[in-house]
Amino acid sequence: MDDLYREQIIDRFKNPKMRGVLDPHDYSYEDDNPLCGDRIRVDVRVDGQGIITEAAYSGEGCAISQASADLLTESVVGKSLDQVKSLSKEDLLELLGIQLGPVRLKCALLSLKVLKAGVYGLEHLEQELAEV
Amino acid sequence: MERAQAVELRTLRQEFPVLQRETSPGVRLVYLDSAATSQKPRRVIEAMSQFYEQHNANIHRGVHRLAEEATAAFEAARQLVAEFIGAASAREIVFTRNTTESINLVAASWGRANLQAGDLVLLTEMEHHSNLVPWQMLAAERGLRLEFVPLSADLRLDQEAYARLLEQQPKLIAFTHMSNVLGTINPVSEMTRQAHAAGALVLVDAAQSVPHLPVNVTDLGVDFLAFSAHKMCGPTGIGVLYGRRELLEAMPPFLGGGEMIKRVHLRDFKANEVPHKFEAGTPAIAEAIGLGEAVGFLSEVGMSAVEQHGQRLIALAMERLEEVPGVTVHGPAAEHKGPVAAFTFQGAHPHDIAQVLDSRGIAVRAGHHCAMPLHEKLGLPATTRASFYLYNTEQEIDQLIEGLYQVKEIFG
Repeated sequence: MDDLYREQIIDRFKNPKMRGVLDPHDYSYEDDNPLCGDRIRVDVRVDGQGIITEAAYSGEGCAISQASADLLTESVVGKSLDQVKSLSKEDLLELLGIQLGPVRLKCALLSLKVLKAGVYGLEHLEQELAEV
Repeated sequence: MERAQAVELRTLRQEFPVLQRETSPGVRLVYLDSAATSQKPRRVIEAMSQFYEQHNANIHRGVHRLAEEATAAFEAARQLVAEFIGAASAREIVFTRNTTESINLVAASWGRANLQAGDLVLLTEMEHHSNLVPWQMLAAERGLRLEFVPLSADLRLDQEAYARLLEQQPKLIAFTHMSNVLGTINPVSEMTRQAHAAGALVLVDAAQSVPHLPVNVTDLGVDFLAFSAHKMCGPTGIGVLYGRRELLEAMPPFLGGGEMIKRVHLRDFKANEVPHKFEAGTPAIAEAIGLGEAVGFLSEVGMSAVEQHGQRLIALAMERLEEVPGVTVHGPAAEHKGPVAAFTFQGAHPHDIAQVLDSRGIAVRAGHHCAMPLHEKLGLPATTRASFYLYNTEQEIDQLIEGLYQVKEIFG
């Protein structure tokens, strides 16, 4: 547990840096995990070259889901949409710096799922989620 | 008296091998998830092993020695279950896979034979998905109406609303004896009397009550009662449907295949007698024997003693939980509850609570506990649930509370 609730996770959960809503935005998406009630919305703004200039998330849920969203939205600012599309489960876990069991993995991956659904549609996600 | 009970409890815990294990080095398991599934005493595990080692054979129609022994043991288990719940005859005990299958059996067999478009089936707002979805499926197929007895302010069933709903002349009321989330114990006997006076049949989901309370179907007067072995010290894979004999006799078969027939021609069949009519295919034989052993174990401890122990634990747990700042227990007062406490903790999500507790060896459940409509009604996406059984101790409640103070430290 010490690993799971490393200071970074708890700190991000309690003092998020990226929490908020962008209005207007270029891409926005929201989804939930009905099993536990985690809910995440991610908004992004991009410039003419398809580079993310601003990102924010809102929603509620467990510490893992919210800290994951905070770290993820922070990490994508300055990245191109193509780079976002190639983000993997492993990239996110590296950001979080923890190992997760299958149930909590879903909590962590919700923000990545929402971000990707926002920037390039759900159809690509079905395949990716099947691999989780 | 108190001392004698404590000693008895200590001996009883030793009967459960898994309760002796550690979840990580030096951390002893504190199992508070019995509402999901109970742990199994050694004698249940051994009875099943012994069946496979000494008697394994398929049942019924076998002429050889092992087949006769297996059949006798399987049917003896049915008899034990019948006596345990006060059924008039072992013929009223149908073995299924679990509570869910038992309810589906009634919906598919009795429901299809007796319900027509526009007929009303009455359910409640506190049902487990297993007592909602089978009726939703049948309602969609047959054009039935579903209505729901609402919760009262103190998280029991609103009995005035129930009386009003009965005026709409439902054909069936299907409700839980004990909520797996709120712990609410519903007044089955009184509700059944009213339902019968209104011309409705009664199905009771007893998955949580049969493990914890003395349940006598004859005294309760119910028409159908469903429960699972695995929540009452028995194995997974076997459940029970009790049905009043004349109802079972009149119902069409559920699944088709071997065992449920008396004779088969190429184009038709004649169904077997009850309860075999509802038991197509090779049943869970070792599991039935395990269930029989579990019933023997619970009977020796005594269901009144089990109930009293549960009441003592839930009263203490509620008192201690409500002392923790930020904790809210969702359910009626302890005297109306079985030993299950679903709670929320301000600032901490149920998943995080369960994870912190797990690191201390404490197993609780986090989520909607297969009762999403109930959580919607309570306005909660999820709760953390601690549930207790005959092997839990007051000391384990102390450990739960200590764990919650650690949660508070991390998330507070």
